[in-house]
Amino acid sequence: MKILVCISNVPDTTTKIKFAEGNTSIDTTGIQWVINPWDELSLTRALELKDDAANGIKSVTVAHVGPAGAEPTIRKALAIGADDAVRVNAEPLDAYFTAAQIAEVVKKEQFDLIFCGIESSDFNGSTVGGMLAEFLGTPSVSAVSGIKFENGQPVLTREIDGGKETVTVPAPLVVIVQKGIAKEPRIAAMRGIMMARTKPVKVFEPVAVEPLTQVLEFEKPAPRAACKFIDAENPRQLIELLQNEAKVI
Amino acid sequence: MSVLVYTENWDGKFKKLSYELVSYAAGVAKMTGTSVTAVSIGRVDEPELRKLGDYGASKIVSLTNDNLVNLDSQAYASAIAEVAGKEGSKVIVIANNNTGKAVAPRLSVRLKAGVGSGVSKLPVNLSPFTVYKRTYSGNAFAHLVIKSDVKILTLSQNSFDLVPASNTATIENLSVNIDGSLVKTTVTNVEKQTGKMLLTDADIVVSGGRGMKSPDNWSPLVELADLLGGATACSRPVSDEGWRPHGEHTGQTGKIIAPNLYVAVGISGATQHLAGISSSKYIVAINTDKDAPIFEAAQYGIVGDAIKVLPKLVEAVKELKK
Ligand SMILES: Cc1cc2nc3c(=O)[nH]c(=O)nc-3n(C[C@H](O)[C@H](O)[C@H](O)COP(=O)(O)OP(=O)(O)OC[C@H]3O[C@@H](n4cnc5c(N)ncnc54)[C@H](O)[C@@H]3O)c2cc1C
Ligand SMILES: Nc1ncnc2c1ncn2[C@@H]1O[C@H](COP(=O)(O)O)[C@@H](O)[C@H]1O
Repeated sequence: MKILVCISNVPDTTTKIKFAEGNTSIDTTGIQWVINPWDELSLTRALELKDDAANGIKSVTVAHVGPAGAEPTIRKALAIGADDAVRVNAEPLDAYFTAAQIAEVVKKEQFDLIFCGIESSDFNGSTVGGMLAEFLGTPSVSAVSGIKFENGQPVLTREIDGGKETVTVPAPLVVIVQKGIAKEPRIAAMRGIMMARTKPVKVFEPVAVEPLTQVLEFEKPAPRAACKFIDAENPRQLIELLQNEAKVI
Repeated sequence: MSVLVYTENWDGKFKKLSYELVSYAAGVAKMTGTSVTAVSIGRVDEPELRKLGDYGASKIVSLTNDNLVNLDSQAYASAIAEVAGKEGSKVIVIANNNTGKAVAPRLSVRLKAGVGSGVSKLPVNLSPFTVYKRTYSGNAFAHLVIKSDVKILTLSQNSFDLVPASNTATIENLSVNIDGSLVKTTVTNVEKQTGKMLLTDADIVVSGGRGMKSPDNWSPLVELADLLGGATACSRPVSDEGWRPHGEHTGQTGKIIAPNLYVAVGISGATQHLAGISSSKYIVAINTDKDAPIFEAAQYGIVGDAIKVLPKLVEAVKELKK
């Protein structure tokens, strides 16, 4: 069984977001780029599954759609333990475009299990994984918080409103992960970092796909009114404000 | 040409989210000069279906099919796509919840329809069709143009006010063809919490962070939430430590919520935490550190020790209720 983990390259989650070029793109000065948190966790889980020989996982590959500038993030995934990587050499124009590119990668290289995150922390689309599955015509399971193997078949836990379900779906399959999939992201060890340098990164040229959406401009959220402070000795005043001023209780 | 809205039900009942979706769809229909068709999947009785009319649906398509019992993203997408085709819908509205996230992207590829996900306002422009969308985990918003003929919008929960209408909706029972052999999802076990208010549904949320010091200090926080008719939540380290259940963790890697009132107790207000709660209408912070970043996000604040302040708040709410 071969696993593919789709990774998105995003600004570190503590970045103060600023925009450039008339608010049409993000100002990249000083940004630390990282693997999208969900993708880091799905990579971790994929590697854990591979560590258990009983699961019969041959390899864990990472895929990224992005220009050469994303190489450090791909190398980081290799350092954490992925066996190899594929980069589609194109600016990810929108989710539809990105998913279509990954679908081509899957068709060429054949994977049984494909992990995507539930959401990228930059675009917050929650769409690439499901789109990819539809392009491939394979099943997808969303909001997956756990995966293990039983009798060579993946058994998934997915979150539903107020609970969870155990589901089985035969591979090939797109697994869209969320909280719970792995505890802590695996960290690259020195040896991993050394080895990552020589691991193969295939570069594919993109196929022609017309994106369906386009960002016109970005805008910062409206600033909130300054905080009104209430004396700690008199919290009753807070309750009164919530009732009479905010009218929320 | 109608605006199509997928209204999920929970054991045959709709909830506020369903009406938010219909209200939103009605807003889009008004802008585009058309009407709203709601599609419901699974057994829902007629009086319940009619309630969708109270928020502006003029037609309700009810699908029941043995292959549409458990959520299977392919089967659901194909059923909704079929209704969208019959209706000639140009705009499809779906919730930005677990079900919506499973279905909307598949529908997008099937119909070649661009997705505006996580919208909370009506489209800002019809030509070009432009939506206002959350990006960078709440640190920015994008004006996103959807260029395709058919558009899919996924609505954030608790972000759009209900708009009562008085439509007498017509109900159509439709049977769709779903090839059972194509349904690949088998559900082998379900664990459901019952009786507890869901965090994502709550209008009021009281949430505790590491400043609560110990899991043993939670009872006044829970009592406050109960008295206010709300739900409880927590920051990530609190759930990581096992002080509170994982389902309560809010933030970028937890639940993203937008209640009317979010009370953050002993929470510093890290950006990753704010990413999950910044759409709340009002934020109250209780923290010993007057410089904690949470006060920048909050409208009301108390600088003080949570352990002392919480019981006083409980008393004040009790008195108010008298
Ligand atoms: C990739 C990534 C994703 C993350 N995702 C999330 C997420 O989804 N959600 C999340 O919450 N965090 C997330 N985090 C962690 C986040 O960065 C913070 O570490 C976390 O939110 C801090 O939790 P806290 O506010 O409870 O604790 P702390 O930061 O330790 O803050 C405790 C606060 O309590 C106050 N305090 C202390 N004693 C008292 C008292 N007696 N009374 C009142 N106040 C008191 C202190 O002044 C302080 O402000 C993420 C981090 C990373 C790197
Ligand atoms: N440029 C990209 N390259 C590879 N995978 C991506 C890319 N963008 C998004 N993904 C995957 O899709 C998931 C969801 O992203 P999104 O639909 O943007 O919220 C991410 O967690 C990644 O697994």
